[in-house]
Amino acid sequence: MLEIRNLQVRVAGKDILRGIDLTVNAGEVHAIMGPNGSGKSTLARVLAGHPEYEAVGGDVLYNGKSLLGMDPDERAREGVFMAFQYPVEIPGVNNAYFLKAALNAVRKHQGLPDVDAMEFMTLVRERAKLLDLDASLLSRPVNEGFSGGEKKRNEIFQMAVLEPRLAILDETDSGLDIDALKIVANGVNSLRASDRAFIVITHYQRLLTYIVPEFVHVLQGGRIVQSGDKELALHLEEKGYGWLEREPAGANR
Amino acid sequence: MHEETLTRTVEGPETSQTPVRASERTRAVARYVSEFERLDPRVSRDQPSWLAEARRAAIARFGELGFPTTRQEAWRFTSVAPLVERVTALAADGLNSVDRKFVESLTLEGVTGLVVFVNGRFAPKLSVLDRLPAGVVVASLKAALRSHSDTLERHLTRGANGHDHPFTELNTAFLDDGAFVSIPAHAVLQAPLQLLFLSNNQSEPTSVSHPRTLIVAGEHCQAQIIERYAGAGDQSYFTNAVTEVVTEREAVVDHYRLQNESAHAFHVGSLHLTAHRASTFSSHSLTLGGSLVRNDVVATLAGEGIDCTLNGLYLGGGTALVDNHTTIDHATAHCGSHEVYKGILWGRARAVFNGKIIVRPDAQKTDAKQTNKALLLSDDAQINTKPELEIFANDVKCTHGAAIGQLDDDAIFYLRSRGLRYDEARAMLIRAFAGDIIQRIKIPALRAELEATLAAELPQAVP
Repeated sequence: MLEIRNLQVRVAGKDILRGIDLTVNAGEVHAIMGPNGSGKSTLARVLAGHPEYEAVGGDVLYNGKSLLGMDPDERAREGVFMAFQYPVEIPGVNNAYFLKAALNAVRKHQGLPDVDAMEFMTLVRERAKLLDLDASLLSRPVNEGFSGGEKKRNEIFQMAVLEPRLAILDETDSGLDIDALKIVANGVNSLRASDRAFIVITHYQRLLTYIVPEFVHVLQGGRIVQSGDKELALHLEEKGYGWLEREPAGANR
Repeated sequence: MHEETLTRTVEGPETSQTPVRASERTRAVARYVSEFERLDPRVSRDQPSWLAEARRAAIARFGELGFPTTRQEAWRFTSVAPLVERVTALAADGLNSVDRKFVESLTLEGVTGLVVFVNGRFAPKLSVLDRLPAGVVVASLKAALRSHSDTLERHLTRGANGHDHPFTELNTAFLDDGAFVSIPAHAVLQAPLQLLFLSNNQSEPTSVSHPRTLIVAGEHCQAQIIERYAGAGDQSYFTNAVTEVVTEREAVVDHYRLQNESAHAFHVGSLHLTAHRASTFSSHSLTLGGSLVRNDVVATLAGEGIDCTLNGLYLGGGTALVDNHTTIDHATAHCGSHEVYKGILWGRARAVFNGKIIVRPDAQKTDAKQTNKALLLSDDAQINTKPELEIFANDVKCTHGAAIGQLDDDAIFYLRSRGLRYDEARAMLIRAFAGDIIQRIKIPALRAELEATLAAELPQAVP
């Protein structure tokens, strides 16, 4: 589904990613861990198409097509979704109205008719319930006045409504208490499917107890320095990231 | 929207237009004065002496004031040079060349009465006045001078007088016809009244008309009144409009001023409110057209318990200049005023907002709130904004805030990351910016029209 080849990214003149290789197949969950400043969020943003993140080398193939040449909205319509680390507050734009417009944009791209109003409300209520999201948040402006936890749950809620093929979760666990973390994880797990893949970016192993990944990669200094299965996350939790610097990359990629 | 909150004047260049030479200015004034003298004998013949005298006083005052220059504080950012240079004639009678379809396209659905003026003259054949509720008077000022002479003598020119506004003086000086609306006490109008002022100037030179409106809302009445100013196609003309509104005790009036002038039009308009005890008045100033626009709203709160709302939305693109000056005069205690003006500017458009709030010594317990926001969609668009608070009472609540911003790139990216195209994301954010002003419009057909206008203008609103 996703093939990242020697991806190099520069932000504001600084090299952040220095040659990432990663293959994600449908049905898989990949966790990307790493210390602060290792380039985790940069990877998420460049995949989502943030205009300030410029790929200076390598390529990213998504279902065989180059992702880097696509506008962010085109990527979204093709099924790429990023749950933001810091969701933006958008005063004056109603949450449900926005989500309906987004869903219809995706549906139109798939050759489907606009969602019927009743159908939409049923879908939205059901998905809100899944994320234990108060239905009143739907009639409020996007993220405005939401608590940190509500913002994160709103991201996963949007994902549940839009049903992307590739979902990238950028530190969705940060700032969540254990109850909220379980709710979010439950939401993500309910969307796991053989035709859908996840890239879960996190600083801590905690989230991975609830969203169990097939693969764990450690990002450091803009490179993947270690890859393994879920045991690697536990190992990191125990030993921290320091040992990686002492032991050279066990590059199995 | 990413905002930078300002509580000071944003400085900009004084004007991009070349100043008119003093001699040119003097010649233009003389032209208006001699036009007045030419018309005065005929106009005076049909008018009571108090009005003829008021007109003569006005032309004399205009002669003294002359056209404003950017050296005057109230006109500092607004050069009227193009208007002074190009407007050379009083608009001729354009009645016969107005298309009924055009009038219909500008008539809001469901209005209870429509009165049409072309170049300031009453157009009875285009007006629809047979559905008026009992007791409601909608007439030409000319006719009302005979039928309602006492009311007119009591109110006409009283509200607009004495502000040293040269264009208002000019309007009064040329007062020949206009609209008169009288809502009787206790009447509750179920549907809005619409006044439509059309300009029709099909040939050179650029001509001026001076539409005049007097609205008297009786005690305990309730009414919605729409004034719409429009011109056909891309004609060049000057509309110099003055409206006086009087709200008697406990009257409730919503006033909508829709300005749909052509892209080449000059529009100077003022609204003078005299509000009496416990009346509720809302003004919705919607500026959607014109190349050089100056709007003045002067609200005098002359009784306790008045509630005054001033809403404003203006759009400006190309090289348009939109200047909004508002004054709320809290003359008595226990009144509230709520003012929100928002502008959307693109291209090289410029805007001015000056919001004055006066709280007189007796006006204790005043609650005044002023907000002014501008959304600049291009690097070359600019606004000069200034709150002016003159507070002479000590137990009052007055707040003001100004914010000037551009569309938030992070918000655009967020919306795009969910599948919305760039232009859709942008349109959604612009609509959100204007949203609260549009929400306050209580006439659904008008709200819908404004949303459609916004949607039609947005594709052009590129940086």
